[in-house]
Amino acid sequence: MNIYVCMKQVPDTEASLTVKDGKSINEENIKWVINPYDEYAIEEALKLKEKEPGSAVTVVTLGPARSESSIRTGLAMGAEHAVHIETDEYIHHKATAKALANAIKQDENYGVIFLGKQAIDEDSYQTHILLADYLGIPAATNITAFSFEGDKVIVEREIDEGAKEKIEMTVPCIVGATKGLNEPRYASLMGIMKAKKIPIKKLTLKELGIEDASIGIKPLKLYAPPEKPPGRIIEGELEDSVKELVRLLKEEAKVL
Amino acid sequence: MANIGLYIELKEGKSKKSNKETLSFAKKSGKAVYAVVFTNDVGPYLDELKGVKKVIQVKGDDLTYQPDFYADTMAKIIKDFDLEYFLGIFSAQARDLFPRIAARTEDAGLINDCLEIDLENNQVARPVYAGKLLCRYAIEDKIKILTLRPNVFPVEEGGAGDPEIATVDLVKSEPKIKILEVIKSEAKKIDLQEADVIISGGRGIKTKENFALLQEVADLLNAGIGASRAAVDSEYATYDMQVGQTGKVVNPKLYIACGISGAIQHFVGMKTSRVIVAINKDPEAPIFKKADYGIVGDLFKAVPLLKEELKAVL
Ligand SMILES: Cc1cc2nc3c(=O)[nH]c(=O)nc-3n(C[C@H](O)[C@H](O)[C@H](O)COP(=O)(O)OP(=O)(O)OC[C@H]3O[C@@H](n4cnc5c(N)ncnc54)[C@H](O)[C@@H]3O)c2cc1C
Ligand SMILES: Nc1ncnc2c1ncn2[C@@H]1O[C@H](COP(=O)(O)O)[C@@H](O)[C@H]1O
Repeated sequence: MNIYVCMKQVPDTEASLTVKDGKSINEENIKWVINPYDEYAIEEALKLKEKEPGSAVTVVTLGPARSESSIRTGLAMGAEHAVHIETDEYIHHKATAKALANAIKQDENYGVIFLGKQAIDEDSYQTHILLADYLGIPAATNITAFSFEGDKVIVEREIDEGAKEKIEMTVPCIVGATKGLNEPRYASLMGIMKAKKIPIKKLTLKELGIEDASIGIKPLKLYAPPEKPPGRIIEGELEDSVKELVRLLKEEAKVL
Repeated sequence: MANIGLYIELKEGKSKKSNKETLSFAKKSGKAVYAVVFTNDVGPYLDELKGVKKVIQVKGDDLTYQPDFYADTMAKIIKDFDLEYFLGIFSAQARDLFPRIAARTEDAGLINDCLEIDLENNQVARPVYAGKLLCRYAIEDKIKILTLRPNVFPVEEGGAGDPEIATVDLVKSEPKIKILEVIKSEAKKIDLQEADVIISGGRGIKTKENFALLQEVADLLNAGIGASRAAVDSEYATYDMQVGQTGKVVNPKLYIACGISGAIQHFVGMKTSRVIVAINKDPEAPIFKKADYGIVGDLFKAVPLLKEELKAVL
């Protein structure tokens, strides 16, 4: 099966972010990584490949030139092929999903497409479902279990507070991965060496038929949220400080 | 005057608490409000829906949530009732449903998790990078589909005027996915994203069983129980309880962190809580820099004391 993974490069979760020119983040000192949820997606794709002889995994990334380091990591983990839709423009999710759809459609035999449930940069929670609708295929996201039963895909999707839905889909389909699905592997040294030699297929938005990438939704201004004033430590014996805390919550903060 | 549609989300037959927030916002906008409820008997909800222009009740022999049926129905409603805006609460279900509605509605754009909405200029503000930053967006799509972050938009009770009622049949298109079964969790948990109060435990809780200590306080406060990733990774708590950048982003009135150090990935998940309380035995723990009130001490002593004190005053 031709298995696909859409993955995005995002700033490391440790990064403290500052704004440059009111529109973008300062990129100095940022460590760029694969979106954590997309790591689960890659891992699941690799596991599926290992179970299905003759399969191959292709990672697809839309993003600027720096994304290549993450694409290499994906290849080093064990993917065979990579597609890089390179662009420096800001591009919103409809256009992203259309571009991903058009890139994947170039392969008539695409099978399961894995994504993450959310990219932790813009946290927009929609690329997977839009992609599925553009391809006209089923999608389920927030997935914690994936398996095949015959020719059907069976997934478990976390809904509310620990409850789950068991869902059946036909192939091709979209799976949005979340934590709990698996433990992503690390790239081996051999994998890293091998990955260096794999050619990355480069595509442009134009080649994918995306003329105006900012369709509809445009960011106007990026800014830091207001800082909270520093709080206080309630001193004293524990019995007294807990009493005082409850009083403050009730009378000062009025949250009880 | 543009029409504004609302998705009234039901949970086990009841209207979710946060629907009040979308309703209040929509009514205040001065636009004609259309509220969509998937139910065969809209009666029980009408009280809450006073002041809206029209209630659209979606009827069907089986109204169990099915994303394709719901999305197709909603896309049809948006078209038939000429809705320019369509709003819902940013809930677990909305994450699944709203992108599907957006994809199936011509010339529509979706922005999730809005903190501010300016209908006059068609702009919204929302958190990005888990709330480390905020971003203001313009939406130029003809149809604007928005989800509102829970516990942000003020609730104004009451409203005058009984709505008109329209009935629409559930669109039963060919479903792309089949929901085989819903597996309920054994524990009856409070939805963290909607909770008014959350009490969370971190690595300092030390065992799964010790979460019972937090549960006792939670029961008194009708609070949800959260956890740090360290607590989840150590299997003291389950992932649906994880608060933080790769867990849930929560926004309660009161957040009580017990035995949590306050790493940035945790902090960004709860920093917009109105009041943050930290209980930690290490006076140097970073959480104290971010908490409104801090107690330095052993949580195994402080939490039981807290419980007793709450019992006494509440
Ligand atoms: C990609 C990535 C994503 C992440 N996402 C998240 C996320 O979503 N959410 C999240 O929470 N973390 C996340 N983390 C992890 C984060 O960096 C921290 O490791 C984690 O939050 C620490 O959890 P903790 O505070 O419970 O544990 P620790 O940092 O170990 O802190 C435990 C605290 O308990 C205190 N303590 C111990 N015993 C007691 C006692 N008896 N009484 C009182 N206090 C006591 C200690 O003083 C200490 O401060 C992420 C990390 C990465 C790399
Ligand atoms: N630029 C991109 N390139 C590749 N995949 C992406 C991109 N943006 C989003 N995705 C995928 O879509 C998922 C959901 O992202 P989002 O809708 O942005 O929260 C991510 O976890 C990725 O798998």
